[in-house]
Amino acid sequence: MEKRIARFGRGGLAALAAVLLALAAACGTGGGNGGGGGAAPASPSPSDGGTASASLPPASSSALSGNIEIDGSSTVYPITEAVAEEYGKEQPGVRVTVGVSGTGGGFKRFCNGETDISNASRPIKDEEKAACQEKGIEFFDLKIAFDGLSVVVNRDNDFVDHLTVEELARIFNAENPAKTWNEVRGSFPAEPIKVYSPGADSGTFDYFNEEILGKKGVRQDATFSEDDNTLVTGVAGDRNAIGFFGYAYYEENKDRLKVVPIDAGAGPVAPSFDTIKNGQYSPLSRPVFIYVSKAAYERPEVKDFVRFYIDNVKELAAEVGYIPLPDEEYAAEQGKL
Amino acid sequence: MEQRLSESPAVYGKSSGLAGAGGVPETLRDGEHRRVLRRRRIDWALHLVFLASTMAGVLVLAALIVDIVMDGWARFTPELVTNHPSRRASQAGMRSAVVGTVYMMLLVAPLAFILGVGAAVYLEEYAGRGRLSRLVQLNIRTLAGVPSIVYGILGLAVFVRWFALGRSLIAGALTMTLLVLPVIIVAAQEAIRAVPRSRRDASYALGATKWQTVSRAVLPSAFPGILTGVILAMSRAVGETAPLIMIGALTYVTFLPGKLTDPFTVMPIQIYNWISRAQPEFHELAAAGIMLLLILLLLMNFAAVALRNKFRGRI
Repeated sequence: MEKRIARFGRGGLAALAAVLLALAAACGTGGGNGGGGGAAPASPSPSDGGTASASLPPASSSALSGNIEIDGSSTVYPITEAVAEEYGKEQPGVRVTVGVSGTGGGFKRFCNGETDISNASRPIKDEEKAACQEKGIEFFDLKIAFDGLSVVVNRDNDFVDHLTVEELARIFNAENPAKTWNEVRGSFPAEPIKVYSPGADSGTFDYFNEEILGKKGVRQDATFSEDDNTLVTGVAGDRNAIGFFGYAYYEENKDRLKVVPIDAGAGPVAPSFDTIKNGQYSPLSRPVFIYVSKAAYERPEVKDFVRFYIDNVKELAAEVGYIPLPDEEYAAEQGKL
Repeated sequence: MEQRLSESPAVYGKSSGLAGAGGVPETLRDGEHRRVLRRRRIDWALHLVFLASTMAGVLVLAALIVDIVMDGWARFTPELVTNHPSRRASQAGMRSAVVGTVYMMLLVAPLAFILGVGAAVYLEEYAGRGRLSRLVQLNIRTLAGVPSIVYGILGLAVFVRWFALGRSLIAGALTMTLLVLPVIIVAAQEAIRAVPRSRRDASYALGATKWQTVSRAVLPSAFPGILTGVILAMSRAVGETAPLIMIGALTYVTFLPGKLTDPFTVMPIQIYNWISRAQPEFHELAAAGIMLLLILLLLMNFAAVALRNKFRGRI
């Protein structure tokens, strides 16, 4: 046995080296631009419904170069990734990198002068502003899209037809939360409530905490997860569960979940492309931002990228599951540049 | 009781020759027989328990692999390594991540090997057995169990900020080197300690110096063990995400690092990003990415076995 492995081993080593070399070679050819990569273009599978992005308006015509570092919210990441991907086709000489340190982590790096642009799923906090000021980092923000926080229950839940903002607070808040559904509303059954919530580090949590819970925090017996897919699975598998997360995750799991229309005084409204866009789905539709360092914006490639961003984000945000702002708001954001 | 005894005469007779000896009172023989049966039942039960514990690991791994292959097979295409990340799952690949991982391993392996084996040689061959040496030993063993995120924080403070290397390939590689170093030192020490005393004595008897003894008698003999330790430690490093996220490895990178100070990403980070996306197509991509990572791990483990056998044959 030993001997056989040993004999095999010699050939195996050569094979291993060959594989590694081949891998490096395969990856090393064909330059570093664009998603298309090497010689053979990927045949797009029909399941992804890849809408061609031929109609995007061009940015500037001259070839630029340089690095643009972006970090921040994982919620905003798909939008910025889409923009960076399209921009890479436009300006292959500019190397755009995007990280996912979270909104808070992103601001920490941003105010330390380490990044040029920060993705944020909430406005910058006062203490973060102070940190930026201390380091002399000046910035401006651009609103780029809406995300509709969707409150969902299990598919088999037949009693929740809508919830008011007060009822939401009674279910989720940390101080004396409702233990059973009939404590929320008398007509609901006396079943225990199981709560699923994004983790306290996420901008999604921050927004919900601020708008619905008056900053009191989510109840401690909730199941917290940084991964929204875990929340989806949790609510889909538990008859008495309720949870909330970004609209894109509801959109992808429509057949497994039941969305709860929210009543903030003007009648129940369910989140949808239209109700989020026209502001009816309030208070749970929230804007997401990018923060641009003024010093970085002086650089031609950053200026060009930011312009490209605001010109194209409408189509690209919709493509990755977010809701674009109304046209006049984009015009207002463009006015800031 | 008599009846039960007669029911299983074959077992009884086969197992215990003692009990068959003449002149033993009937009751005692009966008790002996029951003890034997009981012991054998315990033996059998434990056999099953140990088999079950072995199978638990194997079955979980098998289930995991089956699940991942079912999800990822359709996406396990050449595009996975030739394409860069994309918002469209059909065009997304992990080329920058695969190359990042390979580069990182190519940097970590020599660094960790030289530092790790050097430290092990010093501790085993040169250092005394004093209090200081024991303290160092304890330190290294403790470091081997420190959670990886702690190394990330260390790397961020020391390499990224203090050495001002930025969020670069070299900062990541140095952090990973620190992470695997204790494991390699401990493994190399074990290997060096396992070299028979007689080899050293023979070398000294021929008039060899300490370095000649270490380099020509001890290290060649310990080499297979050291290599196994190094490669197993590297396999651990391949799958690490937390410390690299901490030092700022990125997610969206559409170019390959050309020099040591370039930004980079690695496979586990790309996989994690795909897993947390909303669209199921990205989850399939993540599964395919995991398959690729598993294959890389298997190749590395295979290399460990092959190298060990190659060098063992030489001694």
